[in-house]
Amino acid sequence: MSLLEVHDLTVSYTRRGRWGRPHARPAVHGVSFAVEPGEVVAVVGESGSGKTTTAQAVIGLLPPNGRLDGGRILLGGTDIAGWSQRRLQAVRGAQIGLVPQDPANSLNPVKPVGVQIGEALRIHRRGDRRTITRRVVELLERVGLPDPEVRARQYPHELSGGMRQRVLIAIAVALAPRLIIADEPTSALDVTVQKRILDLIDDLRAESGTAVLLVTHDLGVAADRSDRMVVMKDGRIEERGATRAVLGAPQAAYTARLLRDAPALRAPRFLSTEVTEAVEAVEAVEVPEAAGAARAAAATGATGPTGPTGTGAVCEPPEPAVVVHDLVKEYRAGGRPFRAVDGVSFEVPRGTTHALVGESGSGKTTTARMVMRLAEPTSGSVAIGGAETAGLRGARLRALRRDVQLVYQNPYGSLDPRQSIADIVEEPLRNFGLGDRPARRERVRELLDRVALPAAVLGRRARELSGGQRQRVAIARALAPGPRVVVLDEAVSALDVSVQAQILDLLGELQRDLGLTYLFISHDLAVVRQISHTVSVMSKGRIVETGTTRQLFENPGHAYTRALLAAVPGTAHRPAGQDGTAHRLPAREGAARRLAGQEAGR
Amino acid sequence: MSGSARYLLSRAGQAALVLWAAFTAGYVLLQLLPGDAILIKFQNPELGLSPEQIAEIRSYYGTDGPGAYLHTLLGFLRGDFGYSIDTGTPVAERLAEGLPATAKLAGAAFALAVLIAVAVAFASCHTRLSRLRGALQAVPSLFVSVPAFWLGIVLIQVFSFRLRLVPVIGGSELQQLLLPVLTLAVPISAPIAQILARSLDQVRTQPFVPVVAAKGASPGWILWRHVARNALPPTLTVAGLTFGELIAGSVVTETVFGRNGVGRLTEQAVNAQDTPVLLAVVVLAATVFVLVNLVVDLLYPVLDPRLRRAVA
Amino acid sequence: MRPGLILSWALIVLVALWALVPGVFTGYDPIAGIPAEKLRAPGPGHLFGTDAVGRDLFARVVHGAVNSLSGAFVAVAVGLVLGTLLGLVAGSVRGALDEIVMRVVDVLLSVPGLLLALTVIILLGPGTVNVAVAVGVGSVASFARLARSEVVRVRRTDYVEAAFGSGGRFAAVLWRHVLPNSLVPVVALAALQFGVAILAISTLGFLGYGAEPPTPEWGLLISEGRNYLATAWWLTTLPGTVVVAVVLAASRISRSIGREDG
Repeated sequence: MSLLEVHDLTVSYTRRGRWGRPHARPAVHGVSFAVEPGEVVAVVGESGSGKTTTAQAVIGLLPPNGRLDGGRILLGGTDIAGWSQRRLQAVRGAQIGLVPQDPANSLNPVKPVGVQIGEALRIHRRGDRRTITRRVVELLERVGLPDPEVRARQYPHELSGGMRQRVLIAIAVALAPRLIIADEPTSALDVTVQKRILDLIDDLRAESGTAVLLVTHDLGVAADRSDRMVVMKDGRIEERGATRAVLGAPQAAYTARLLRDAPALRAPRFLSTEVTEAVEAVEAVEVPEAAGAARAAAATGATGPTGPTGTGAVCEPPEPAVVVHDLVKEYRAGGRPFRAVDGVSFEVPRGTTHALVGESGSGKTTTARMVMRLAEPTSGSVAIGGAETAGLRGARLRALRRDVQLVYQNPYGSLDPRQSIADIVEEPLRNFGLGDRPARRERVRELLDRVALPAAVLGRRARELSGGQRQRVAIARALAPGPRVVVLDEAVSALDVSVQAQILDLLGELQRDLGLTYLFISHDLAVVRQISHTVSVMSKGRIVETGTTRQLFENPGHAYTRALLAAVPGTAHRPAGQDGTAHRLPAREGAARRLAGQEAGR
Repeated sequence: MSGSARYLLSRAGQAALVLWAAFTAGYVLLQLLPGDAILIKFQNPELGLSPEQIAEIRSYYGTDGPGAYLHTLLGFLRGDFGYSIDTGTPVAERLAEGLPATAKLAGAAFALAVLIAVAVAFASCHTRLSRLRGALQAVPSLFVSVPAFWLGIVLIQVFSFRLRLVPVIGGSELQQLLLPVLTLAVPISAPIAQILARSLDQVRTQPFVPVVAAKGASPGWILWRHVARNALPPTLTVAGLTFGELIAGSVVTETVFGRNGVGRLTEQAVNAQDTPVLLAVVVLAATVFVLVNLVVDLLYPVLDPRLRRAVA
Repeated sequence: MRPGLILSWALIVLVALWALVPGVFTGYDPIAGIPAEKLRAPGPGHLFGTDAVGRDLFARVVHGAVNSLSGAFVAVAVGLVLGTLLGLVAGSVRGALDEIVMRVVDVLLSVPGLLLALTVIILLGPGTVNVAVAVGVGSVASFARLARSEVVRVRRTDYVEAAFGSGGRFAAVLWRHVLPNSLVPVVALAALQFGVAILAISTLGFLGYGAEPPTPEWGLLISEGRNYLATAWWLTTLPGTVVVAVVLAASRISRSIGREDG
């Protein structure tokens, strides 16, 4: 008998329409799957696929407007689908545990974490106060928190994200349930923390034989951690089966596309230009010589053209588009100075992409903002196209803005909700007085076409577009003044993988056609591997390693880089046989346009 | 220790600054009325002041310019608020006469307002019947839309004239207090109920609530042990802000019910253009308001551990 | 739009029409009464009944609309213009000026609205316009605070930074992005304050600082009806009900502003 059997599950959400009449909208249709004792089943899908709704239905915690319309949920052979909330209370915690998505907000901020762990025991009346206190300390120890007695008395805000997720896991396993539902348990965490948390869940499962229903958007996580997987799209199951089989030979076209788009599972191919090849020839890996060596090698013309590159990189010795030297940003936190960015130097050759990679708090975004002059450096220098940016004010600073543009992470926040798309894209042209009104309108049309958006969006507001479309608008706006350098601050991090792949293709295409230089800020090594020529790895405000993407991924020099690489999910399942072959930039313009068209048509 | 002491001192300093500014603004505004005219008024034989009293008043208001301002400021700090133009008696005396009655009225009304607000907010949060929920959610908007003076009149009409439950004149102290307290409490309960209901709803959508539910907690457990505690701070803030309305509301309530107190005194002062009395009432109201809100601010770190680090 | 919201707009439009063309709604004179018909209970002839000198109460309520509404408009205009201006300046310039403005707002907030209004009245003297101005002054602080916090919020958004990043000048960004995006909540507050102002004006009218009798101001109507509590309930109850309904409608409309589902 399976531990959990879901048959024909159907869930809908009720929303109020324009005139206040409620109408139900199905979110999950006829979903069936099973979880055997002790195994990990991953439910994989993009946003809106119904994966989280499915998990919420199993534990009986749908949002107030959600309704279970049909189907059976057999827990150990008993159908709990029709149970009252009161009956389900006895099941929750005791037989099914939950590890939630967002450790930052999933603990009550005004209660010590020990109390919140003990609460699970108190609700189910497991022992008196003394036993519970002792058990809480044991649990904290078991989830790998040092000084459990001290931790038990601390409040959530006094713990890091990873520690909070450990506390939440302690809550989930407190009563040794037979099933744990882990809903995107690590998507809010840095990769190295993510790896440790997933390892912990694996260990606990191995110890106690608990089954895990793992809900995730990350195919890499599913590939590494699950025995079987269920792929969902638009509330329906596209495919299910043993993880190895699904990844090895996907049956559904959708799964195949997901696999192709997931950067972690893509076969690695590194971008190369004369510059990266020059560096690789010199084999300079140490910091900070790498970047300097790249320039020196390129400047002396040590390596000539090595064949058709298809990039915008020029053949004569290229002058770096961006030179950052010894950049420092110091904040005062409680009277004590704190260096968010501590002596960062790098160069970006013209027409190439340089990635700044790091976990949260590494200083990568602050560095990008200083390059943009949106933040003032405490010391150090930035030169764009050979011109110093320090001390620029007024008209000269605005002139700099024509050369350097920024694309933000969040496509929802970076577009004015009250402006039409046409106005948004036109704004830089108005600001710089580029052309009269008809000329500007014409240029806006061109730009939208350039980012593969239909002219129909011109009159719409940002909220009427999908996330991918909004990011295209943001890119069009950034291109409007004709910049030479575009800073992409986690520009694809908020997007679903298939949309992410389309935007990355678009960015590659634009770089080749327009000779753009990108500074690509990201926490996602898999994406970085795909888009960048050179990489700097940042940690605690410093660059620990710089090199070409190939050097860094194939032969990481610094321990931190190695730890980061080892933590990238999905590495265990990458298709073998293609490694080590350096590819030129992929020529996939046609595909990018086609996919963008589909997205716009939705 | 030094951190929290510094926080306490800086908040107290800010409060003092606001009070000083309120006093100064009031003083300057009311000085716009010709000063000599004030002195002439005191010589009006109808007030029946003795020559000694007039001399005393003259010495209080006699100085001009910055000296007069300092003189008045020091007077206020000592609890000496000058003299009523209307009666020639010291303002402090008239305030002291009205204060106990108003404090009783306002205190009882505040307690009742909190009671009503908590009852309405929790009932609307707890009920599963959507119709009842909708009705309860509309209660605060209704309460805040009712003119206090009209509510008082309607209450008199219903309870005194129709039902004859509360005598119009006479009756025990409790009976006399009943309708005015209700009149004052209803409009004040509205913003408290509104913010409490909204905070409860907001807290209930936070991600930690499903986590508690997943432990097997009942809705009541979740509401009382988790949600209510987190909804308290914003409610406390709004409750603190209503203290100003409490004093303003007593002007209307005391007038409608013919009760003596600071509110009635204020109304009479405006009618008689008795600026010293009004200045004293304004400063008194601001003091109560600033002190109550200072206490609320200092309570915040006690209620929310996240603020403790910022403080300490 | 929800039914309640439609009803609210209908009521506000009706009352606005009362103020503009009272003659369409009632044939009775609001000032001159018919002594023979004094203290009639509400009925077919007199919808709201009549008062002690035989004036039709409905006619007095309809003709009184213009006093209450115009007063509320003046009050909201004073608060909206002064308050929003202060808040905008404080929020966009920041620094020392911001500090000063916000301390002034703190002082204004520390004095209850009614006492502030009474202070203004003691200076300016009673009268309909003075009362409206006095009520408006009382709302300056709330407008200033809201406008400032909105400006500060909008200034922190990515799209404002992006506007500077794409070469926008300070004034242009303020005009194009900050102002339109911060104004919606301010407009919602204005709608709410419209109701609050009607309440405050009727309160001051009741206390006798507003219009002089026999002007049919709503607060004054209720005040005059107090003497007939035992015999003529309608004199106080019905005008009060109208005030409550109008204030409720204003707050309902306020809540719908800035929300898509209304």
